Amino acid sequence: MLTIEFIPYHEIEKLSSLGRIKRLLKTAKENKIVLLEGRLTKEEEAELIKTTMEEINDEFKGIELEVIDPSKVRGGPMIKLKNNILDMLLGNRTGLTIVGPASVVKAIKKDPTKIQFYTRDVKKKKKR
Amino acid sequence: MISILSKFISRVFNSLLRGKRKLKIGIYGPPNGGKTTIANRICKDWLGQEMGKVSAIAHETREIQIKENITVKSGKKELEFNLIDTPGIATKIDYEDFMKHGMKEKEAKKRAKEATKGVIESIKWLDNMDVVIVILDATKDPYSQVNITIIGNLAARKIPVLIGANKIDLKKANIKKVKNAFPQYPVVGLSAKYGNNIDEFYEALFDVAR
Repeated sequence: MLTIEFIPYHEIEKLSSLGRIKRLLKTAKENKIVLLEGRLTKEEEAELIKTTMEEINDEFKGIELEVIDPSKVRGGPMIKLKNNILDMLLGNRTGLTIVGPASVVKAIKKDPTKIQFYTRDVKKKKKR
Repeated sequence: MISILSKFISRVFNSLLRGKRKLKIGIYGPPNGGKTTIANRICKDWLGQEMGKVSAIAHETREIQIKENITVKSGKKELEFNLIDTPGIATKIDYEDFMKHGMKEKEAKKRAKEATKGVIESIKWLDNMDVVIVILDATKDPYSQVNITIIGNLAARKIPVLIGANKIDLKKANIKKVKNAFPQYPVVGLSAKYGNNIDEFYEALFDVAR
């Protein structure tokens, strides 16, 4: 069964960088896909990768990470201006961060109109 | 205008701070993009020796490798630096992927463990770099989150970046896509393996590192 957990931004807002990373990884290690409202900073993203590497073992193979950043969405000048203003006002609260355990999520692909999760066939793997 | 001025001030400030210390140029990117191949190309062209082993299996480079005192020349211009080849940055490492290449379980697990340490080292070394060459496989999707995270971290640290869109000798290579993904950075298409466009790459390196 595939479980998706949504974490609203206010739940991580007051956490330290390490606290945010631990929160995301804890959920991913429970084999759940995390949808976090908002974005981590670029430094936090690098820290998330580093901490993930420290925790990899025979069971936990790492994560799939994808970030939707509205300020980077392609579009006309008006769309860009609107997104940049929102970004200035709300900072990292805008956008969406997706973290999935690599044992469940094979790949996450995004294009301007949709996000696709490619999951692994866990049952088939267990039978082997 | 403000951005140009700020870049200029940052460069002057960095070069003053650097003083007589040798410039450190790092090679970063996801696994199997051709980082060690370009490091070998640079070292062979200017030192007459290779830097490291390359392989079709991901995570061949699992430790930071350094070649000191490389001098690249172009006309009257000279660039002296230490070259640092880093392990590929990834968000997942599965020892079973190595077993698909014929490795025994024990060997695959050892490689995976070393690869995780390599990724950690690469990230730690980000703070030590003066200039970074990001090597991307031009046949693959440049919008991957690892690429965005690497380049975003270099931008946050105000480290000058040159993007090498590697493997242009392959039919599927799409330099335009790499340029579109990172319009604010210089992108040079090249084949590190065969040396295609290598002079343009060195010219771009001069521009970024000056």
